[in-house]
Amino acid sequence: MTALYEPWNETRGAEIIAEHASQEGTTLVILHALQEAFGYVPEAAIPMVAQALNLSRAEVHGVFTFYHDFRHKPAGRHVLKLCRAEACQAAGGDALAARAEAKLGVSLGNTTADDRVTLEPIYCLGLCATAPSAMLDGRLIGRLDETRIDALVAEAQR
Amino acid sequence: MTMRIFIPRDAAAVAVGADEVATAFEQVAAIRGVPVEIVRTGSRGLCWLEPMVEVATPAGRIAYGPVSVEDVASVVESMASNGPHALRLGVADEIPWLKRQTRLTFARCGVIDPRSLDDYRAHGGYKGLERALSLGSDAILNEVTASGLRGRGGAGFPTGIKWKTVAQAKADRKFIVCNADEGDSGTFADRMIMEGDPFLVIEGMTIAGITVGATKGYIYIRSEYPHAVEAMIAAIAAARRGGYLGDKIGGSTTGFDMEVRVGAGAYVCGEETSLLESLEGRRGIVRAKPPLPAHHGLFGKPTVINNVLSFAAIPFILAEGAKAYADFGMGRSRGTMPIQLAGNIRQGGLFETAFGVTLGELVDDIGGGTLTGRPVRAVQVGGPLGAYFPRALFDTPFDYEAFAARDGLIGHGGIVVFDDSVDMRKQARFAMEFCAIESCGKCTPCRIGSTRGVETIEKIIRGERVHENLALVEDLCNTMKFGSLCALGGFTPYPVLSALKHFREDFAPAPTTLQAAE
Repeated sequence: MTALYEPWNETRGAEIIAEHASQEGTTLVILHALQEAFGYVPEAAIPMVAQALNLSRAEVHGVFTFYHDFRHKPAGRHVLKLCRAEACQAAGGDALAARAEAKLGVSLGNTTADDRVTLEPIYCLGLCATAPSAMLDGRLIGRLDETRIDALVAEAQR
Repeated sequence: MTMRIFIPRDAAAVAVGADEVATAFEQVAAIRGVPVEIVRTGSRGLCWLEPMVEVATPAGRIAYGPVSVEDVASVVESMASNGPHALRLGVADEIPWLKRQTRLTFARCGVIDPRSLDDYRAHGGYKGLERALSLGSDAILNEVTASGLRGRGGAGFPTGIKWKTVAQAKADRKFIVCNADEGDSGTFADRMIMEGDPFLVIEGMTIAGITVGATKGYIYIRSEYPHAVEAMIAAIAAARRGGYLGDKIGGSTTGFDMEVRVGAGAYVCGEETSLLESLEGRRGIVRAKPPLPAHHGLFGKPTVINNVLSFAAIPFILAEGAKAYADFGMGRSRGTMPIQLAGNIRQGGLFETAFGVTLGELVDDIGGGTLTGRPVRAVQVGGPLGAYFPRALFDTPFDYEAFAARDGLIGHGGIVVFDDSVDMRKQARFAMEFCAIESCGKCTPCRIGSTRGVETIEKIIRGERVHENLALVEDLCNTMKFGSLCALGGFTPYPVLSALKHFREDFAPAPTTLQAAE
């Protein structure tokens, strides 16, 4: 399952912002909505959010950059997140992460040169009793082993 | 007769194939012409048996697990004929791992359909709210205080006192905020209860609202939990339709409503003041306390902010009375704690029990040791900010004070088991690295100290001036512990210092060129 995103469009961006602008403390809500629509938060949207919420550009930029979730450019076609927290480490997650890095030829936090796969660390999916775990395009996978991680990587590369 | 089959929709079950298993049941039943009704429940918490499937029988619900797609045909056969099967576990409630628990908070989790308000009510749901509405604010506060409930997020602050402070505060608006930013590795109780019994959390927050005079609540859920977000949004909508949220809750004249807000991948937002900043739409920068959120919380208004499990404990306390809850536990830790067994463990999952059970019982007896079969060497209790305990401390009872007395914390009740292949230098380094990644940056000990900590531990790993650098790490830890603004920088020393103290052999100096030259 590949998420399909709209190309950035100012009118559509303004609509999304307007839809959520009246809620209290809505900056994160809007940034999430923009990313859900476009796959990332386009730089052009930042001053629009600032204006709608009567904030400075710097304030909105500050919020945008503080949170790990928000992207300043689109991710690869598939996003493979590997849990790197302690429970998954205890269950052999380090070796599996290294294996995925080697297979994809990129380190965690990067996208393959062909833009197919973004490989990211995640700190806990709450699947700590069925560790190690991963998330491929929003789908959860537990009890990872070498066979399963290879299959996931292959699926992501397709 | 239609067979009623129960299959979890809990994320941990889905991650190991529960959705595919559910589809297979429908297909097999259709082919065989067996009428089935599939109910998607939460998880019972026996994670090593997931996907665990149950079928209703006159003798009770019979469980099978772990069921794979390939097993479905033979499991259906066994269910239809009430015959034997290799995966058959017997009556679910009689499984020893479940039977020896004291499930007050998780009583319904894995049993009911979390999407159904009627199912929730049929299993005792909203009795707590009914009683709360008849009691009034002062009497509710007395009940919550008498129950001895302490904040289940980790800090262990008495819930009754927190609520009383907000109740007494004068303001035009007050808020109820549920902290569902369960970022600690090894913990998943919040996720499970939100997915498996979401109305319980809503009921607890609603009771808090009528107690302190707040009409609006927020539940801040981390973005890593999409299933929990979906479950809570659906339950809130159902509660509204059923008259349990809105202007006149449960037929009373009191109003309370709530909404879900989703985090954005910042661990520090689990810290309550950082969470409030985030809810207000800002960077999750920690606030200095005082003022306390109870006086000056969300949007500057008096705010009750509690963990999911604290709110989830409230309906039982109100429905059954404070004494029924306080009768469990030890010392100043009253009631039950949903403990999460995780990492390299044979029988991992959620085990709710009264305080007082020892760490050794939890790991060896209940958890069954490691999954790899190798000896248990270390367990980290309480998430990334919790201490590593060696076997020598396995007699420590699960109790806030007992863990504090041994330089540890119970935190949110997560226990991560490591076998003897663990390198404690790596774990100590990771604790510092995690703090460096997640620091909000406001205070220097946390922001700079964590990065210096990573560098210094790396020097130790490389064998550079090991004695000097060990002393430096200890000194740095003390600076972070006493100089940081919140628990992120303040508690990161726990895993580091405990690794140094209990697993010193891992940090022994290796011969280096530098020392050889001396």
